[in-house]
Amino acid sequence: MRIISFIISAAITVLLILILNTKMVAPAPLGALLAPQHGLWQNAEPADKNFSEDLKFADLKGKVSVYFDERLVPHIIAEQENDAYFVQGYLHAKFRLFQMELQTHFAAGRTSELVGDVALQHDREFRRLGMTYAAEVALKEMEANPITKQSCDAYTLGVNAYIKTLTESTLPIEYKLLGKKPEQWSNFKIALFLKLMSNDLAGHDIDFEMTNAQQYFSKEDFALLYPNNQDSLDPIIPKGTTYAAPAIKPIAPDDADSVYLNKGFVTAVENEKPDPSNGSNNWAVSGSKTKSGAPILCNDPHLKLSLPSIWYEMQLSTPTFNAYGATFPGSPSVIIGFNDSCAFGVTNGGRDVRDYYEIQFKDDSRKEYKFNNEWKKTEFRIEELKVAGKPNYYDTVAYTVFGPVMYDKNFSGSKKTNNKNYAVCWKAHDPSNDLLMFNLMNRAKNYNDYLEAVQNLKVPGQNCAFAAKNGDIAMRTQGEWPAKWKGQGDFVMPGIDSSYMWQGMIPQNEIPFQYNPERGFVSSANQKPADSTYPYYLGREYPVARGLIINKRLAAMQQITPEDMMALQTDNYNIYAEELMPVFLKNINVALLNSTEIKYFSLLRSWNLRNDADSKGATVFEELYKKFKADVYKDEFLKAPTPIQLPFESTLIEGTLRDSAYKFFDDVTTTQKETLADIATKSFKEAVVELTKIDAAGKLEWAKNKDTHINHSLRQDAFSRMHLNIGGGRNMINATREEHGPSWRMIVSLTAKTEAYGVYPGGQNGNPGSKYYDAFVDQWAAGMYYPLWLMTRDETKDSRVKWVMNFGKG
Amino acid sequence: MKFFISLLLIALLSFALSLFMPWWIIAVAAFVVAFAIPQKPWLAFLAGFLALFILWIAVSFYISSANDDLLVHKMSVLFIKADNPILLFLLTGLIGGIVAGFGGLSGRFLRQVFTKP
Repeated sequence: MRIISFIISAAITVLLILILNTKMVAPAPLGALLAPQHGLWQNAEPADKNFSEDLKFADLKGKVSVYFDERLVPHIIAEQENDAYFVQGYLHAKFRLFQMELQTHFAAGRTSELVGDVALQHDREFRRLGMTYAAEVALKEMEANPITKQSCDAYTLGVNAYIKTLTESTLPIEYKLLGKKPEQWSNFKIALFLKLMSNDLAGHDIDFEMTNAQQYFSKEDFALLYPNNQDSLDPIIPKGTTYAAPAIKPIAPDDADSVYLNKGFVTAVENEKPDPSNGSNNWAVSGSKTKSGAPILCNDPHLKLSLPSIWYEMQLSTPTFNAYGATFPGSPSVIIGFNDSCAFGVTNGGRDVRDYYEIQFKDDSRKEYKFNNEWKKTEFRIEELKVAGKPNYYDTVAYTVFGPVMYDKNFSGSKKTNNKNYAVCWKAHDPSNDLLMFNLMNRAKNYNDYLEAVQNLKVPGQNCAFAAKNGDIAMRTQGEWPAKWKGQGDFVMPGIDSSYMWQGMIPQNEIPFQYNPERGFVSSANQKPADSTYPYYLGREYPVARGLIINKRLAAMQQITPEDMMALQTDNYNIYAEELMPVFLKNINVALLNSTEIKYFSLLRSWNLRNDADSKGATVFEELYKKFKADVYKDEFLKAPTPIQLPFESTLIEGTLRDSAYKFFDDVTTTQKETLADIATKSFKEAVVELTKIDAAGKLEWAKNKDTHINHSLRQDAFSRMHLNIGGGRNMINATREEHGPSWRMIVSLTAKTEAYGVYPGGQNGNPGSKYYDAFVDQWAAGMYYPLWLMTRDETKDSRVKWVMNFGKG
Repeated sequence: MKFFISLLLIALLSFALSLFMPWWIIAVAAFVVAFAIPQKPWLAFLAGFLALFILWIAVSFYISSANDDLLVHKMSVLFIKADNPILLFLLTGLIGGIVAGFGGLSGRFLRQVFTKP
């Protein structure tokens, strides 16, 4: 009897512990998570935490001191160059380890290991895209070069040195929530991270959507809906620039005009896409336009907003270089920043470097495929996918001369089934050592150093802005770009022979660039790099608006100060509204509006064309524009196959401005012929229906309607920042949308003592339990900046230094 | 008196062992103390429960105060879908309390097995 009481009681105890320690019964291991000496409470960082520490590592060659300022930005001062990268890795891990692991697992198609089979589709897509293959190729290049090899080795040692210090209670909060442990870092993970950036920036393609559009529309309509050139384009390298005759003249196959560009191939695959708005602004003005007489460089890369941020701010100072700026947790070096001599910043090049070829296999075994009139052997790569809580999943991917066969009978994207086979040919599969660019830029002293540095960047191609203390400014639309014949790769291409393959790369001496131009400034905002006189085909899809307004503003500005640049970077002026408003105001038939509609119409009429946070007119315009765009094209696309590309934004605007009888204003589903006035009035009335609802919800002010928020990487609302009061939006210089926007705003005035400002929507500490987690978000939302302190070696006793970490050899 | 000594011992032992053992060591702490200091079964349970209820609330409260209660708000949204730190402190205490309570009860019953009635 007594023994039974004991057994029952002991069994309850053990069972309780099991339930509270695992996810077998409950959705969360509450005991493990709430135990105050082990669980999440341990991540509640004391508000007055002392970050000072003395540490010793056998892998260090000399002494490194890290001076943290009041914003928790580390200023690393190292006696040996590679020791700085060791400490960079250590600090990235200390403040951002989970983010680094999640990003590299995502890149490698290993997300399912962390979160289970919800991510299996993504993982398979990335494996089939050849992300790990690309990272393996990149790792070889990275390790073949002694500079990048040594910096990556030191960085990896630093990350792992930190991982080694972790105990159950000091694990980052996300590991505790997922019940996982961090794995060892490696140089391969650096390569994976860089390939993830390549996918975000050089992975946007619309080949399948365009193929469907080309199939469906008549040749005339297609040309109208998807024009090759934009009238309003103000290219990065201005019109009127002369270009030398091209060294490579790619030749289109014989049947390109009659078949490929005419009829193409029917298809229906939907693929995972990076955000097409992964754009950015950068510009540099020469001293002739500034008040101080020194050049100013500005950059704000637009990326998906996330907490922790993709950026981590730091200074790296060694006997060989001294650089400050935004770094990527996951990679050594400063990515966007400045040093004692110059400043550098990038925007995405956005050219199409990912194409698809239709492969014909001999049979279902996929062992051989047709190529140049013979059967060629495929190479198989077996992808093993580990899935949390489920057995492993195996996926066999066939590799061809074009690249991996991404879509076949085993995998056809997320939604549509399709039994055809498509190989993906992606520039990111080619060998390159892009990291070397950043390593060399950190130590660049002048234009020649910059030129040497940037030419290492092959993919993702970036518009690299440069300004130096000697007065030089420059812009280079850098990248290794395939030399394409007109239309090549706009659609899915036949893959039975070599005739449609890329024929070569544009030589580096034919890359469009500008060096100290007469107009006194250089700028880029993801628009087309050059006009149609550039001898190589550049593709058709580029955003136009931001480039237009930036160039207009910069041309008009004189005696510029850093404060003027802050105003420009955070400018909410809507240039598309400037163009469309007169059309709307003229064509909306006021006589047909009821009293409610009149109320909103007067809001629209009195609007100042700025998408400021509190603007109600901006909300009215945006709703009207949304309806107008839908109403113009809806009827034409009613029966179109999906997925299909909708016309680019500039196409609608140019069509409307050019021609009040624009063909697509007519609703083809009705017998009468609609006019611009009909459609504008109709769209306005539809918009008012939405606006009434928005108004009733108290969200008529633009910031409330847009509702910008920054999600935690695991999309936990508790760790996110919701409902930010910030204006701007798509096509504005302040390109802040719901979940996307300026991820690092930087302004560098290259006066004798550098004057720099910056801010990013996040904070230095990735721990949601730290007050530094989101410390910069409000400052960023308010359009304000922090002064950036390029600390010198005699300022180590400065009052801005709050904590010191000493790393010694030991 | 036995009760308070048990309670204090369980709390101290739990805190000390938790510095280098997994969290569930608290059940062992209560088990050992209840085995060593015989009391009525319900008192053995209560000593374990109260010891950990108080200890865990005290420790989490102390940590949270130093943190200006920044994380506790986020954690309460995460776990109980409401911004209510007090509930989270209570939940923390309750979990520690129940585990240690049953640990203590088991210790008490095991002693019974070895002692003559």
